[in-house]
Amino acid sequence: MMILNSAPAPGPWTTAAMITAIVLSSTAGEVLTAAAMKSIGDLDDIRAVSGMKGAIRAVVTCPLFFAGVSFLAVSFFSLLFALNHLNLSLVAPASASLTLVTNAIAAKFFLKENVDRRRWTAAVLVCIGVYFLAH
Amino acid sequence: MAQHKLSAWQYSVLALVSISAPLGDTCLSRGMTSLPAISLAHPATLIAAVFTPWIAVGIVLLIGFFASYLTALSWADLTYVLPATAFGNVIVALFARFWLQEPISLQRWAGIALITVGVGFVAQGPSLTERPAVKPSVGIDPAAAVEEEQTR
Repeated sequence: MMILNSAPAPGPWTTAAMITAIVLSSTAGEVLTAAAMKSIGDLDDIRAVSGMKGAIRAVVTCPLFFAGVSFLAVSFFSLLFALNHLNLSLVAPASASLTLVTNAIAAKFFLKENVDRRRWTAAVLVCIGVYFLAH
Repeated sequence: MAQHKLSAWQYSVLALVSISAPLGDTCLSRGMTSLPAISLAHPATLIAAVFTPWIAVGIVLLIGFFASYLTALSWADLTYVLPATAFGNVIVALFARFWLQEPISLQRWAGIALITVGVGFVAQGPSLTERPAVKPSVGIDPAAAVEEEQTR
C-alpha cells in the first residue's frame, strides 16, 4: 500500500514519545502474559490431565491473560501509529531492543525473576545485536 | 514444578517459538506484497487477503508461535524465553543469506554474533526462578510468591 505522507517529520521528543509508548505497552503486555501463564501452571501438565480443551480453557479463563493481550494490542497499534510517522528502520530495531531491557527490569521487579548477571549480560548483548541486525 | 533444566520437548517448543514468528512474518510480507495495493476506503479487501495462501499460512504460523510462546512462559521465566524469540532474527538473517543469497553486512554479522552469544549465556543458566509452592488456582500475586532469589 503506497501512502503519500506529507506531514512534517516529527521532532526528537515526539519520536521518543512514540517509541516509549510502544516499549511500555509491549513490556506491560509481556509481563502480564508471563504472570498469567505462571499463575495457570505448566500447560504441558494441564494438557496431559485435561487435554487440549482443558489447556485452552485454563488460558482463556484467566483475567491476567486478557489484560496482557490488551496491552499487546495497544503496543501493536502504537507500532502502526509510529510507522505512519517514522521509518521502519528506526522504529523496529529501537522498540525491539529497548523492550528486551525494559522486560528484564520489569521481570525482576514485578515477576521477581532471578535476573542474575548472566541474564543482564544476555539482555544487553541481545539488545545491541537486534539493533545491529535490524538497523 | 521448579525445574532448571529443560527436556528435549521443551527445547523443541522454544525452537518453535524462535522459528514460527519470523517465518509467519515472512509469509505475511510475501503475501501482502504480492497483492495489489489495498486502500483503506475498501477494508473488505483486507478480509479477502486473509484467505490467500501465503497470508493464511502466515496466520497459522503466528497462531503456532503464540501457542508455543504461552506454553514456554508456563514453565520458563520471561527473561529466559525472550532471548529465544530474538534468536528468530538470526534465523531469518541466515535464511536470507544462504537461501535467498542476500548479502549480509559486517554490522549484521556482528548483530548475529551478539544475539547468539546472548542466547547461549541464558541457555547455560536455570530456566525458571526457584520459588516456594503456590496454590495454582489462586490469582497471581508474583510479589508475594517469592521469598528468596537464587544467588549466582
